[in-house]
Amino acid sequence: MKVAIAAYGAGNVRSVELALARLGAESRIVHEAEPLLDADLAVLPGVGSAATAMTGLRERGLDAALLQRASLGRPILGICLGLQLALDESEEDGGVAGLGLVPGRAVRLREGRVPRIGWSVVEPSGEAYWFAHSYAAETPAATATSERLAAIVEHGSFVGVQFHPEKSGAAGHRFLATYLEQCLSRV
Amino acid sequence: MPLPRLIPCLDVADGRVVKGVNFRNLQDVGDPVELGAAYSDAGADELVFLDVAATITNRVSAVDVAARVAERVSIPFTVGGGIRSVEDATALLEAGADKISVNSAALARPQLVEELADTLGSQAVVVAIDTENGRVHSHAGTRDVDRDTVLWARECEARGAGELLVTSIDRDGTRSGYDLELLAQLRDAVSLPVIASGGAGTAAHIAAALEVAQAALLASILHEDPDRLVSLREELRGLGVPLRDAA
Repeated sequence: MKVAIAAYGAGNVRSVELALARLGAESRIVHEAEPLLDADLAVLPGVGSAATAMTGLRERGLDAALLQRASLGRPILGICLGLQLALDESEEDGGVAGLGLVPGRAVRLREGRVPRIGWSVVEPSGEAYWFAHSYAAETPAATATSERLAAIVEHGSFVGVQFHPEKSGAAGHRFLATYLEQCLSRV
Repeated sequence: MPLPRLIPCLDVADGRVVKGVNFRNLQDVGDPVELGAAYSDAGADELVFLDVAATITNRVSAVDVAARVAERVSIPFTVGGGIRSVEDATALLEAGADKISVNSAALARPQLVEELADTLGSQAVVVAIDTENGRVHSHAGTRDVDRDTVLWARECEARGAGELLVTSIDRDGTRSGYDLELLAQLRDAVSLPVIASGGAGTAAHIAAALEVAQAALLASILHEDPDRLVSLREELRGLGVPLRDAA
């Protein structure tokens, strides 16, 4: 399976690449629309700010490629900020329009210590994954939660995770393995 | 709140793990990648690699260590030591680190914290505060910079820091318990996660620190022995600390 990791000036692309390599997936880091469109799976990683990230996606034409993938039903995995960018909008940076792949918006965390950093159990699976975020998705597409926050979002061919599976040890490895298998069965 | 975290800290100099009491008399105790991987297997929640030689000798050697750690270890890790610019920090994150930690350079030029947070996001920016008697020290604890610890913590938060790593210099390596009073002061002063450091001698010390801080940095208590982390986790569970199931 060919995996393309979108590089757009924000994000922990190296860690994602290493996690996929541990699973035996053939991944490459891409900066252009065409290879992102052609891959069996597109991964949208992300740390950093929403405004900078959206600008980075647009400058490289990656936003259009992701929209086209979604319209064709081809798998996209968004990680952390990559999940938030897929929403209609984010309240970060004074308001940022997202890709609109998933209905909903990213809102600032209002409870607890922010940034929210650490391991948290995700329901219904009961697995603990590592989170590092100051915003979270408010969306009807959430299929798993962590302390009532959206942890996994699924809409069409898009799957978004608020946690970092690539940094979540054995549990993250299991999550990615299961997800890649699901993608393979669709390829 | 996320689960309380145990974070083994590896002091690194010239690409090797070293140890010493009160930042002095360093001895070579192993390879950072091997030891980091072993701690990860033993259930560490995160790792911290502090390049203790970098600030003193004005040299950054940590990028290579970060790249090698990222290949072997799939839990989050922070790298600190000698980071003076956004470029230094970006190189470490691109190598696979999740967070960088700044200390002396932020004291010398507090604007650096804002630059790092704007570029990398707050979640990647740890400000390490070495403190004694309510005052901040720089250069691996060797210089009193005449700043109040609580005021500096608040300033770091205002400038966009994502976490504070607070080391009590007078407790470091003594295993006499964390400075709980200081940790409680900082908990009340900021709304960032606080990582407690300096003084862990027993599981009870760590459990007490995790009542007021979100994470505990573990250094000399582990004796560079990952098995000690396994037994500590069991003891802490016995004390009712809700650690994650790392299997």
